[in-house]
Amino acid sequence: MTAMDTKTLAGEIKAIANTEDNRRTRLINVVRKVQLSYGHVSQEMVGMIAEALGIERVEVEGVVSFYHFLSGKPVGRFPVYLNTSAVSEMMGMSEVADAFEKAAGIRFGETSGDGLFSLQYTSCIGMNDQEPAALVGGVPFTSLTAERATEIITALKSGNTPAELVEKYGYGDGNNANELVRSMVNNNLRKRGDILFGERENGAAIRKAVAMTPDEVITEVKTSKLRGRGGAGFPTGMKWDFCRRAESEKHFVFCNADEGEPGTFTNRVMLTEIPDLVFEGMTVAGYAIGSHKGILYLREEYIYLLEYLEDVLEKRRQAGLLGKAVAGRKGFDFDIRIQPGAGAYICGEESALINSSEGKRGEPRDRPPFPVVSGYMGHPTLVNNVETLAAAARVIEQGGEWFASYGSGESSGTKLLSISGDCQKPGVYELPMGMTVRVALQVVGAQDAAAVQVGGPSGTFIGEEHFDRKICYDDLGTGGAMMVFGPRRDILETVLNFARFFEDESCGWCVPCRVGTGLMHAKIKKIMAGNGTRTDLEEMESWGRSIAAASRCGLGQSAANPELTTLANFRKVYEERIKEDEYLTGFDLERAVEDACEATGRTAIHE
Amino acid sequence: MAKPRIATTSLAGCFGCHMSVLDIDERILKLAELVDFDKSPINDIKRFSADCAVGLIEGGCCNDENVEILRAFRKRCKVLVAVGECALMGGLPAMRNGVPLKECLREAYLDGPSVVDGLIPADAELPLLLDQVYPCNEVVKIDYYLPGCPPSADLIWEALVALLTGNDADLPYELIKYD
Ligand SMILES: Cc1cc2nc3c(=O)[nH]c(=O)nc-3n(C[C@H](O)[C@H](O)[C@H](O)COP(=O)(O)O)c2cc1C
Ligand code: SF4
Ligand code: SF4
Repeated sequence: MTAMDTKTLAGEIKAIANTEDNRRTRLINVVRKVQLSYGHVSQEMVGMIAEALGIERVEVEGVVSFYHFLSGKPVGRFPVYLNTSAVSEMMGMSEVADAFEKAAGIRFGETSGDGLFSLQYTSCIGMNDQEPAALVGGVPFTSLTAERATEIITALKSGNTPAELVEKYGYGDGNNANELVRSMVNNNLRKRGDILFGERENGAAIRKAVAMTPDEVITEVKTSKLRGRGGAGFPTGMKWDFCRRAESEKHFVFCNADEGEPGTFTNRVMLTEIPDLVFEGMTVAGYAIGSHKGILYLREEYIYLLEYLEDVLEKRRQAGLLGKAVAGRKGFDFDIRIQPGAGAYICGEESALINSSEGKRGEPRDRPPFPVVSGYMGHPTLVNNVETLAAAARVIEQGGEWFASYGSGESSGTKLLSISGDCQKPGVYELPMGMTVRVALQVVGAQDAAAVQVGGPSGTFIGEEHFDRKICYDDLGTGGAMMVFGPRRDILETVLNFARFFEDESCGWCVPCRVGTGLMHAKIKKIMAGNGTRTDLEEMESWGRSIAAASRCGLGQSAANPELTTLANFRKVYEERIKEDEYLTGFDLERAVEDACEATGRTAIHE
Repeated sequence: MAKPRIATTSLAGCFGCHMSVLDIDERILKLAELVDFDKSPINDIKRFSADCAVGLIEGGCCNDENVEILRAFRKRCKVLVAVGECALMGGLPAMRNGVPLKECLREAYLDGPSVVDGLIPADAELPLLLDQVYPCNEVVKIDYYLPGCPPSADLIWEALVALLTGNDADLPYELIKYD
């Protein structure tokens, strides 16, 4: 680069930083914009960003290296991110990958010489009901085939844009065809329940809320027995109460739309079809806890919805449902901003989500203090899932008793399930809490299911004998994911996929998780290669328990679930693969020296 | 009756574990009464002269020579003990496992800031590096593990005596506590 070029670049980067008010806390936004403009964040740019924001280089480097969609090396003008979820693999991902490689003339992990394409794999992008799916130039392409993949690359080479291609393939159902979305993604919303998808009027919940005291609002939520839909199932009313009572000059409401658990895609459909209800929930929560600011954390994979969501927010401002004196209530000012993520499953963990929103690496914090006491910028912060907030708005609108009349026992209301895999009607279903797996399978047309995975990789794998178990907090919990496996599927393939997922997504902070996920992955590979023994199974069980017990956050605590639940429920699958030897090495000397031979031009001579 | 034989080796280790063996101080005389040393850097005997009762392994495997020695130890020793973090887990040398071997070589011999006229060593005499550093138990079966970096002389002593005499090892908490 000439001195002149460097100066121009520095000026441009300064201008980008300026669009974010040169705020350190907006580092992710700045880096994202640089990535979008230049296809990477080079060492030189790292320095320029650091200077513009008045921070250390290492902070910028830390962020660039942390998130999947940020890169120190140039990606293509049309980066391809192919989804590697288990269901994507089942639906023919590898043929699609081959086609992409052939058409682009490069391997995965590479960028083409003309700078047009780069090929990369990425964890689940929330499209399990229309796999294989990929993001190409930031645009989702769904239900890919090998022919489609070839066609996409050829068309982009000859000057078409991803948007033109999507138009040609046809927009998806519902608001996916909205002029601000224009996406080929489908909602596949196959069952609308009374609660989330029932008839409603915009602003009704807010108007009702501001006519009550905040304490009354919280009491109503408690009456509904609503619990968190994001996975942990914490009672929502109680969480709001804790946050309200934590003293501070500011409080914050976060809506968690990171939705990274493979197989989960309910939040995507809600944000496409009922974003108003979600924002309404955030606003009601803001009123209840005494907050003026809400933040929707939107995963990068769903960024194609950004413009549309911004527009929804703008319309709500115009309708007096956001901004100063919301719904005419003096003193209640509330607005919402959207914080884009940059690709990291761990950012769904609430304290990691907060770190990420402060412009840091998305590493979890030590808890306590919990976010309700000390969260965003050290202030009390309420983090709720998209579905929780939407449900809360309905609770206020229709009453806690009404809500509690749905569902069963301690699991009130309905639950959105995103069901995928070997079934006739994959998609999103709003079903009452507490229904059995068998009923759900009937609804989606999966009568011959041999295995079901509830809750994604961090959830539970069950077989036929458990199909009468209930989907609810007391039995099989789920953030929405349910994957169905037919009788001919190899369960270990899926366990392998999940093991790789956890190894990739571990943030690396603590040893049990960082090392443990690698060890579990290696064990599964060893067993699948035919080198497993009974000792390997015993070690997996014992190490799995240690990883769960010693890890710092929920990711590590559930990272061994794929192995532990399949060892418990599908032991036969393992028994068939292992050998009765006392010890078997998985080590292959010839393979282990291949790289060294290549690097030195030598040949290995071993007895 | 012939004394039991013992062999030791340092693979991808720093010799710190062997130093710890020597740290048993005057007990080394007692050890000499108990056993005969076979192949070991301590006496500089390079080849096995007979089958051994116990083999102590320091370090993991970072090259093909390490693998061959470890396999020979497995063949010749009735009981194999992995001694120290490197043998148990790969230890410090395994820090390179996160970086592909070719990148490591490039950085060390071609692109590193202090390299002049770089060249990746390719002499046929040199062992071939493995793609990763492997802990011993991934290559052969290991019977016992002595953790530590290095394990203390007392831990090594207690474990050895127990193995050689067939008595239970007396391993108080302090000996296997590491923080
Ligand atoms: C690794 C990990 C990923 C998570 N991902 C999400 C997510 O994508 N969405 C979500 O709502 N909660 C996620 N959670 C749970 C959040 O930490 C938090 O419990 C939740 O957002 C609280 O909202 P709720 O009470 O409404 O469920 C995740 C937790 C962990 C440990
Ligand atoms: S458990 Fe895993 S993801 Fe969580 S803090 Fe530790 S290393 Fe990071
Ligand atoms: S365990 Fe420690 S003392 Fe022993 S060889 Fe490895 S680094 Fe050296």
